[in-house]
Amino acid sequence: MAELLVWPALIGYGEAAFAYSGFLRSQGTSARLGIWGVRIGWLAQTGLLVAQALDTEGFPWGTWAGALNLFVWLVVGAYLIWGCTPRYRLLGLVVMPFASVLLVAAWAGGGTGGSTSDTAGGLLALHVGLMLAGFAGLTLAGGLAGLYLWQGRRLKRRDTGVLRLRLPPLETLDRLSARTALISLVILTTGIAAGLASFDRGDFDIPMATTIAVWALYAAGLLLRREGRIQARRFAVLLVYGFALVVVVLPLTHFAS
Amino acid sequence: MRLALVGLSHRQAPVELRERVAVDAPAAAALAGTLADGCEAVVLSTCNRTELYLATDDVTNPLEERATASLLALAPGDAAALEPLLYRLGDDSAALHLFRVAAGLDSLVPGEGEILGQVRDAFAGGTTGPLLDRLFRQALHAGRRARVETGIGENPSSVPAAAAALAQQVFGDLGGRTVLLVGAGKMSELTARNLRSRGALIGAVANRTLEHGAELAEQVGARAVGLAEIPALLATADVVITSTSAPGFVVDMAAAEAALRARRGRPILFVDLAVPRDVEPALSTLDGCFVYDIDDLEAVVVTSLAGRRSEAVQAERLVAVEAERFREWQSSLAVVPVIASLRAHAEAIRAGELAKAASRLGRLPESDRKLVESVTSQIVAKVLHLPTVRMKEAAAGAEGLIYADVVRHLFGLGEEDQS
Repeated sequence: MAELLVWPALIGYGEAAFAYSGFLRSQGTSARLGIWGVRIGWLAQTGLLVAQALDTEGFPWGTWAGALNLFVWLVVGAYLIWGCTPRYRLLGLVVMPFASVLLVAAWAGGGTGGSTSDTAGGLLALHVGLMLAGFAGLTLAGGLAGLYLWQGRRLKRRDTGVLRLRLPPLETLDRLSARTALISLVILTTGIAAGLASFDRGDFDIPMATTIAVWALYAAGLLLRREGRIQARRFAVLLVYGFALVVVVLPLTHFAS
Repeated sequence: MRLALVGLSHRQAPVELRERVAVDAPAAAALAGTLADGCEAVVLSTCNRTELYLATDDVTNPLEERATASLLALAPGDAAALEPLLYRLGDDSAALHLFRVAAGLDSLVPGEGEILGQVRDAFAGGTTGPLLDRLFRQALHAGRRARVETGIGENPSSVPAAAAALAQQVFGDLGGRTVLLVGAGKMSELTARNLRSRGALIGAVANRTLEHGAELAEQVGARAVGLAEIPALLATADVVITSTSAPGFVVDMAAAEAALRARRGRPILFVDLAVPRDVEPALSTLDGCFVYDIDDLEAVVVTSLAGRRSEAVQAERLVAVEAERFREWQSSLAVVPVIASLRAHAEAIRAGELAKAASRLGRLPESDRKLVESVTSQIVAKVLHLPTVRMKEAAAGAEGLIYADVVRHLFGLGEEDQS
């Protein structure tokens, strides 16, 4: 029964992704349709997660598909903070198609039903929740960095339409992506610490190595940016590479087995 | 009530003729006062148009002739040349025209921002009554809606405004950002003023002749320096506007690289308004360095104006809706006196019948008499409610006057006065 809620969520996200693609032509109606799609989809997914939590004993998002479901919810939830403001709606062009595809993957993998569970309890929930929230934040930082690179490219190429379709200012995108990455890194660090302290993970394995590599990449990037050793554009490129690591490498290494 | 508009605008008349009938705000108010003899009058005069709006409920008042004569009297020597260029509009067309004007749809640059303030000033200086008051208030509302609900006024329409908007695309809020002016040309001055109006700080004016630079520097609250100081100033300048007549580059690669190093990655925007160019084009290959020359800016303005034109289609729809609302309101004026007469007639009957029954009602307690008053009033109100609504609805269409005549005839309204 709970799984039925995945459909309104998917329709909402899909509609938002479609509406945002029309944003480039007509901003008013597309933006309104997009943001309502996000809101309705997110509420439906929230209902789905609540239903999963009630139906399942233990932690219902322990599998890769379940984690993906939770991850999508966190990403879209974080996007809603900025997505509701007109200035950053365009971020939906990056976030919503991505969220739609991942939710379809989660559904296909069985992560939206109520049958999966992990009995490790609260500590696992804390660890997974923090890790996913951290990665969701890094995804958003990647989206903001993508917008930065696009805006920078338009300004460099002296695109004549740069004032017709206005993206957020370059410096604002740089500042926001750095802040988002920093906050996400703090959450990720807490999640890693919770994981290390709570579980007997055995030997140092590939998932741990990948997680620490992602953490190190972001930490190094933020440090170099703070020291003024890398410029905003290179920092944005680094965030996009980091995003690729998060969305491609991490699920493979964590859930391939 | 009738509404008449007589005017002359950039669409028909060249500036040589427009300037002959242009009046300043006090003169426009005085002219409106003179015209408002038995009618309402507003004079709207801007660099693109002079328009006289007159309204009255007196059918014998020759509004159009009076407005035409007044307008031609402003330039008696050019009356023959002006007369064929005047446009004369009435009622619905006049209202729609004013709404389009207020929305910036009739301007040289679609959506330009000044016209709304000019319409407001004309309204304030006019001698208005119920019709022009409603017309101008609704026109201002339509103008505001067009700007808020469409993008007609959003994109810059001039090179200085485009340069300032580009700076905002790089830095966001320009409050506290430093601008370096290189050269003291008119265009760079306008650009500097535009940036300043958005919060930017003009740090210095660098010029070959220090005296010339000092003049502009004083006007924009900056300090004047020589061209030799440019490399040092680049490190602190966020926006650099150049417009010298120097034959070679005033800002070269080496100076920009040094500045970017000193700026620790913070971006810098060069706006090169000079021909030949002052800024080495290769600078745009540097990370964090954005270079726009005059051709780039003009191309941005052309695209922006095209954007305004496409938004104008939506604004036209919106203005048409507002004009239709005004038309409905104006039409309803025709039946308002009839509705008022009908209600007065019914109330007179009710009061008369109660007076006849006063001797019998006098025996009733006070509370019961009040109840009778209340019940009879309610009966009258309920009986008249639907006819009132239907008459107002009919007034919005073509049958309003027919309905009004029928009601007058059926209830004998006005016949008592005649007898």
